[in-house]
Amino acid sequence: MNNYLLIPFLPLAAFLINILFGRKYLKDNAHWVSILAVAGSWVVTVITLLDVLSGKVVNEDIYSWIVSGEFKVSVGFLIDQLTAVMLVVVTTCSALIHIYSVGYMQGDKGYYRFFAYLSLFTFCMLMLVMANNFLQLYFGWEGVGLCSYFLIGYYFDKKPASDAGKKAFIVNRFGDFGFGLGIIMIFLTFGTVYYEPVFSQAKVFAVQTINFLGYDVHLMTLIALLLFCGSIGKSAQMPLHVWLPDAMEGPTPVSALIHAATMVTAGVFLVARCSPIFSLSETALMIVALTGAITSLFAATIGLVQNDIKRIIAYSTISQLGYMFLAAGVGAYTAGMFHLYTHAFFKALLFLCAGSVMHAMSGELDLQKMGGLKKYMPITYWTMLFASLSIAGVPGFAGFFSKDEILWLAYSGQSPVGKFVWAIGTVVAFLTAFYSFRLIFLTFHGKFRGTYEQEHHLHESPKAMTIPLIILCIGAVASGWIGIPHLLGGGEHFTEFLTPVLGHPEAHGTHAEEWLVMAISIIAGFSGVGLAALFYLVKTDIPVMLAQKFNATYKVLWNKYYVDELYSFIIVRPTIWTAKNILIGVTDAKIIEAIVNGIPKGIGEFSRILRKVQTGLLQRYAAIMALGVLIIMAVMLLR
Amino acid sequence: MVPLNWYLMLSAVVFMIGVFGFLTRRNIIIMFMSIELLLNAVNISLVAFSHYLQDMRGQILAVFIITVAAAEAAIGLAIIIALFRNKDTVHADEMSEMKG
Amino acid sequence: MNLNGFPILSTLIFLPIAGAVLLLLISRSNENLIKWVSLIVSITVFIISIPLFTEFNKSTHLMQFTEKHAWVPSLNINYSLGIDGISILFVLLSTLITILCVLISWNSIKAKTKEFYISILIMESAMIGVFCSLDFMLFYLFWEAMLIPMYLLIGVWGGSNRIYAAVKFFLFTLVGSLLMLIGIIVLYYQAGRTFDILELMTKTYPYQLQIWLLWAFFAAFAVKVPMFPVHTWLPDAHTEAPTAGSVILAAVLIKMGAYGFIRFSLPLFPDASRAMTPVMLTLSVIAIIYGAVICLAQTDLKRLIAYSSVSHMGFVTLGIFALNSQGMEGGILQMINHGVVTGALFLSVGMIYDRTHTRQISDYGGVASAMPVYASLFMVFTLASIGLPATNGFIGEFLIILGGFKANQWAGVLAATGVIIGAGYMLWLYQRVFFMETNQKVAGLADINLREIITLLPMIILIFWIGIYPNAFLGFMHESVKHLLERVNSGSMHEVGVAKNILEIIK
Repeated sequence: MNNYLLIPFLPLAAFLINILFGRKYLKDNAHWVSILAVAGSWVVTVITLLDVLSGKVVNEDIYSWIVSGEFKVSVGFLIDQLTAVMLVVVTTCSALIHIYSVGYMQGDKGYYRFFAYLSLFTFCMLMLVMANNFLQLYFGWEGVGLCSYFLIGYYFDKKPASDAGKKAFIVNRFGDFGFGLGIIMIFLTFGTVYYEPVFSQAKVFAVQTINFLGYDVHLMTLIALLLFCGSIGKSAQMPLHVWLPDAMEGPTPVSALIHAATMVTAGVFLVARCSPIFSLSETALMIVALTGAITSLFAATIGLVQNDIKRIIAYSTISQLGYMFLAAGVGAYTAGMFHLYTHAFFKALLFLCAGSVMHAMSGELDLQKMGGLKKYMPITYWTMLFASLSIAGVPGFAGFFSKDEILWLAYSGQSPVGKFVWAIGTVVAFLTAFYSFRLIFLTFHGKFRGTYEQEHHLHESPKAMTIPLIILCIGAVASGWIGIPHLLGGGEHFTEFLTPVLGHPEAHGTHAEEWLVMAISIIAGFSGVGLAALFYLVKTDIPVMLAQKFNATYKVLWNKYYVDELYSFIIVRPTIWTAKNILIGVTDAKIIEAIVNGIPKGIGEFSRILRKVQTGLLQRYAAIMALGVLIIMAVMLLR
Repeated sequence: MVPLNWYLMLSAVVFMIGVFGFLTRRNIIIMFMSIELLLNAVNISLVAFSHYLQDMRGQILAVFIITVAAAEAAIGLAIIIALFRNKDTVHADEMSEMKG
Repeated sequence: MNLNGFPILSTLIFLPIAGAVLLLLISRSNENLIKWVSLIVSITVFIISIPLFTEFNKSTHLMQFTEKHAWVPSLNINYSLGIDGISILFVLLSTLITILCVLISWNSIKAKTKEFYISILIMESAMIGVFCSLDFMLFYLFWEAMLIPMYLLIGVWGGSNRIYAAVKFFLFTLVGSLLMLIGIIVLYYQAGRTFDILELMTKTYPYQLQIWLLWAFFAAFAVKVPMFPVHTWLPDAHTEAPTAGSVILAAVLIKMGAYGFIRFSLPLFPDASRAMTPVMLTLSVIAIIYGAVICLAQTDLKRLIAYSSVSHMGFVTLGIFALNSQGMEGGILQMINHGVVTGALFLSVGMIYDRTHTRQISDYGGVASAMPVYASLFMVFTLASIGLPATNGFIGEFLIILGGFKANQWAGVLAATGVIIGAGYMLWLYQRVFFMETNQKVAGLADINLREIITLLPMIILIFWIGIYPNAFLGFMHESVKHLLERVNSGSMHEVGVAKNILEIIK
């Protein structure tokens, strides 16, 4: 019985119905199709999850996709524990966000289009997580990128939105370049691109080296790093993180679904899925851990000073994704997945709350123009507060458990960079708490700083929006409870569940150390919250003073370390300049065309010289003829 | 009896007169007359050889040439008249339509 | 297998010519009748070609649907036709594209309508003939015959600079073809006075001769493809040609170059081909990157798509000269893909050009607001062009990069960068034309009508069909490609001998 096929194909059907009939027939009812489809997927997901819990793993091909020589690949599905976790995350978030969008997008002229894209995205994301081979994974991977492009550029008549969509797609292509080569390397190494044979044979190649572009490299490191390129792009890690903040041009439900809960975590999923390969290469793991740690620190520092409510959350997402990679890099794949799972709830919630705030503020995004919204929109306030407590790692909330597990496993694991990334992780925990509560305090506390009309317009959002908030809030608080560590008397059910796929990370430390690590992270979290309270509730002049005192630092942070400018300077502009001035101006025009036009011109020149002989004067011709006769006669006589 | 050489010399002299006339004179009528000289120079040698070899075919050929020359004269003069009507001149240097 | 003795290939070749003759008999003023007759003829030809697809025997590499009659017995020239797994798809593509060309020109060709449709039909005959010929003389005849209607299409119904473009197109291709003709004649004497392609393929030729002939054929094919650096005729021809001309040019004509490499260069000169692979791969990679980067600086819609063809055809030649089954099959499939996608892009550009009469990208903007259906279809073509999975472009590009990487790592890696730049220029183009604020010049344009949707629909179907179930098409090629690769890769190992000689000289 493969009713699991309904999980991806229901949303696909919804997409087709909406895109074909939405504009003329469905119009404002378009959401029904999509919501029913996604809700259906969710129900089937729950059934599938129960199957998986009872130990049933599906791995089968549906039909043969590409066959060429010895290259064979099918469309096929693998549903194991890891997939099940992702399925739950994706369908739950997707269903809630579909419902939320009914309220948020009401009255938009592209209503049907929005729901069509959301459903298409859900389909692609599900294909991504359910694939049983790398090529289908790649299909889903590009598919979600495409939907992200559509949805970021949803308001396509605005230039920033269409720019941002394009940027997201192209930046991701840089990552996918590596990912694609990685798949090719996998095929050339293993002769197949199916997970199962690849992962089971990976150990055979554990010490193999290969000549790649003239360098001898360790085969598994090469494959792992090529795959990781894809992750870097999709999950917005350094140095390909630039697209995610800009992606906030899209409607807020999109940011919540794609750029917080699901798509951007695909990179982490990929690393977790390929853990048998990554585990064979210490170098690759170290690079993953360092990339994650540095990105999380880097993004958190930028988040400190931004004023755009959605961009702060976007940098927070980058930072948290870094956390997940940090976990994967120290071999704690389950902890990474655990954080992915809790993060999906509280980060989606943060975005949806931000959307609710924007809804009330008529699209205003600037924190400096908000304040005191608490009394106008209590539900939004409380849900957002819980989400922030969760992300800040306050004990008892979901974020606390996942973050603590990552930090403990980083500290106690065998990774050579473990202690280092643990230290960074702790600093980031502090920064995260600080900027999250800076956002809360500036938005909901104090006095309203916007215009009179805006203040007059403030209101709580409609039920379609607040109900998903409340449901997600329950997730943000409670989703961590299935992974409470043994130390606190929990069962670590989450880790146990994933162990068959991802293995069990080994911790080498005493209970005392574990308590210490936990205490430090709690202190970091609370001091972040406290400092934010001090800066933005009590002594509100401190931030301004600091910004003036450390003007240079502030500017660098405000301009996001000038990475965008750097790329524009070293990649975009030189390429276009070369195209304009060298390729069109010199090679095509001056070299190739010159040769091409030069040959006929040369023939013309030659004939112009030869033409002079043709005087048209009869007697000249006769004279030449006579001369010719004389010469012939002379030759004949003298011979 | 006049020896064959004399005829041949006469023929050569007439031929050279024709050639020089054709090359040096600019009046098309005179150039045309030079061509007649060339043809007749050939006629002289043909008839001379015919007599010397006692073979009538040479004389037959000479008669042919005279005929052709007559036809040629008719067409040639007609062309010259047509040219003259168009250009008001029969000067050869003015006729450079074939210039490349 | 002749389908009960029915000469299906000859029918395909001569039916359009008969249609053209019929058009001659129709009064010039009766334009509607002319259009309908050409539409019906082209559709009939397409329907007749469908049995090729359904009745084709995929389990053999041998020629099928063969016909052979003596033509000039004294010179041993035969009228000999047949198709195998490599050529069948191109025959079908030609018959399909012709219908679309007739449809797209319905309202846009206003002068000399009769001559226009006659040219299109003759073009169709010649195209089908090229792909079916099994005799070199016959092949050459069709090959050159194609030039004339195309020259007229560009030169008579083209844009403002049409004469320059038409003459350039003509001269470029003619120079190449003449070198090939010399090559053909040399082969004729070398192989014992025969023009039979299949017979010629079974012989082996001296290595040095192979090299010379390879380059002679290369001249003809490389110009057609067009490979870097003989590509400069293409942007001019595409830009100036009427829509139908651009479509035929992009979809079928430039495929003939690559088809020639597969059909003639590789099996006739296997040793030389193998020896020249590095050169070919280099040229292909240059074309991919060069064509892509140059697209970034284009200001003219059609010119941009033309340069993107250079880049995409670079992929095709890369795949072919990778000399492994993934590359080769990917290359052949990518030829079809490129025909479909670029053909569709030119059709689409033609549609909007009919409305605005400008090709400047800067004159557009916000078209998606005015023409939503058109914008969505164009989006599908754009995505197929940048090789998104589930569209046909992905299958082709992936197989080619896989094959290319196998043959030469650098080639694979560099070709893959072409995919990044490809996304760059196509999405940028799409943004400038369809997104952002609506330009005055496009505000209030009517969306595409039913005829135009029907014109684009086959392309949409093919894009997803090949993308989702490529085996329907790849299945045709397996046997033929396998046989071809055996021929190429197990040649008489000449360069080994050459290398030995060189080593001895060095010693």
